[in-house]
Amino acid sequence: MRKYIIKRLLWTIPVLIGATFLVFAILDNAPGDPAKIILGNGATAEAIALKRAELGLDDPFLIRYGRFLLNMLKGDLGTSYRNGEAVTSLILGRLGNTVMLAASGMIFAIIVGIPVGVISAIKQYSLLDKATMVLTLFFMAVPTFWLALILVIIFALNLRLLPATGMGHNFPDLVKSLILPTVTLGFGYAALIARTTRSSVLEVMRQDYIDTARSKGITDKKVIWKHMMKNALIPIVTVIGLNFGTLLGGSVLTETVFSWPGVGRFVVESISNKDIPCVLGSIVMLSILFTLVNLLVDILYVYIDPRIKSGFAK
Amino acid sequence: MSSKGKINTEVNTDEVKSLSLFQQSWIQFKRNRMAVVGLIVIGILILISLGTIIIDIVTKNAIYDQYVVAQNLTQRLAKPSAEHIFGCDELGRDLFFRVLWGTRLSLFIGLAAIIIATVAGGILGLIAGYYGGVVDTAIMRVMDVLLAIPYMLLAMAIVSALGTSTRNLLIALSVPNIAKYARIARAAVLTEKDKEYVEAMRANGAGDLLILFKYILPNAFAPILVQVTLGIGDSILAVAGLSFLGIGVQPPSAEWGAILTTARTYMRDAMHVSVFPGAALIITVMVFNLFGDGLRDAMDPKLKR
Repeated sequence: MRKYIIKRLLWTIPVLIGATFLVFAILDNAPGDPAKIILGNGATAEAIALKRAELGLDDPFLIRYGRFLLNMLKGDLGTSYRNGEAVTSLILGRLGNTVMLAASGMIFAIIVGIPVGVISAIKQYSLLDKATMVLTLFFMAVPTFWLALILVIIFALNLRLLPATGMGHNFPDLVKSLILPTVTLGFGYAALIARTTRSSVLEVMRQDYIDTARSKGITDKKVIWKHMMKNALIPIVTVIGLNFGTLLGGSVLTETVFSWPGVGRFVVESISNKDIPCVLGSIVMLSILFTLVNLLVDILYVYIDPRIKSGFAK
Repeated sequence: MSSKGKINTEVNTDEVKSLSLFQQSWIQFKRNRMAVVGLIVIGILILISLGTIIIDIVTKNAIYDQYVVAQNLTQRLAKPSAEHIFGCDELGRDLFFRVLWGTRLSLFIGLAAIIIATVAGGILGLIAGYYGGVVDTAIMRVMDVLLAIPYMLLAMAIVSALGTSTRNLLIALSVPNIAKYARIARAAVLTEKDKEYVEAMRANGAGDLLILFKYILPNAFAPILVQVTLGIGDSILAVAGLSFLGIGVQPPSAEWGAILTTARTYMRDAMHVSVFPGAALIITVMVFNLFGDGLRDAMDPKLKR
């Protein structure tokens, strides 16, 4: 089993290098001469040529990529075209906020999604179940930014309960400012988790060992949460892990609507500023985060599903 | 052979004739009322798209120019009325026409992006699964790389590098999906390729391409088709999301996400501007998901009686 984890761990390195290569190659086609963007419109041709040489922009593609990769391994993602600040520190200052929002959105989705799915499965074909299924379908179809705006109108502008945008500085304010972005980010994910949980529990419910447990006189509650969920959890964890990338993508929209100072909003700003090193650095950092979460999910499997463990022991 | 005997054999074969996967699935599918509703609404949406295209060709864009993009500031943010049943937007354009004409853009980009991803990913997955070994490793490792970058971010990178034309949007929304369909196609081939009918074909001297596309592909088709229908909704939402970020469909084109984006400025005073395109978007995504769910249940052998 340790061998499996180590193998899985080692494999993430070439995948991440490949991902940086891909993003670097795509953004290499971005319009605009970086030297011109840095020096402004009034720059002379000589100054631009000098700057290009200084940045190494005239080198062949692979050499530029190699330099980027080596610098990245040293923790240097380059400097912003706009203000000359180090991209690494620009991103690190925001990454915590993105992780906070993503984690809180994910926790919200799990806390809401799993119980709703379980109840829906237990009361299959009841009115409650049908209502839940329609609602989850609806929530999976609502555009993130549209829901965000409606929540802002209701809870921030009309009821004045929560702040419309920004991030609170002290703890109570922070929690308040986190609520609307969390719900916005988590609702679609919660709906997906609820649907997955429902079908997963329904499948497990039909199995013989559940009847055995019941016939032994174990209470319903214990059967559901101890016997059923252990097996039902595997597909749920898969869905949670696989869709974490969608959650990170959604955080771009959520952060933009709520002016949340995270990496997602930073990407959008950097794209409109044509600040390619910042775009590149942010996407690379978020991809690393995404890959690490997937790695975590894969390792988690081993603990949830003893069959995987015994498979490796053989 | 006497004619009587011939009739008898025909009757017999008719009785034992097994239904094809699609016939069986259709029978199952029809039982799911929600999914049938989904399919009907999808049909209506396609008819609306085709209808507006035909109208534009016949009238040489007269209606498009007059109602969809022409501005009339006296009607700015007009509430829904008999004259403008959905009301007007911030430039006095009739929302009913804009939502109707927007159908084909949202639908077309969403559908086309998924179809491109399916064809590209499907072929890669089929090849990887069928040949195995080094080919498989090479293709699937590249797919791992594609999957390491969150969908929306990869799409944003592509649009920001290439620019915001419809063609580039299609590239941006299809490339990140290729890996997903490659994985599904590969898994489907792996379950099929060792079956006896494939061996029989090979023994008969059929070439790889013939086996792969004529015999394995139809059998691997069901799981791919299900994922395609379920992917269309996400793809339509992604178009709207990119439009919202300002790097999707550009004004004055009537795409639902783009209409919603401008509508947000007036959301408090003129709710109707965001309600109608929002509802259109939600309904479209919902019906594709309903249809996909129905298709999955109908085609899943585990659920078959």
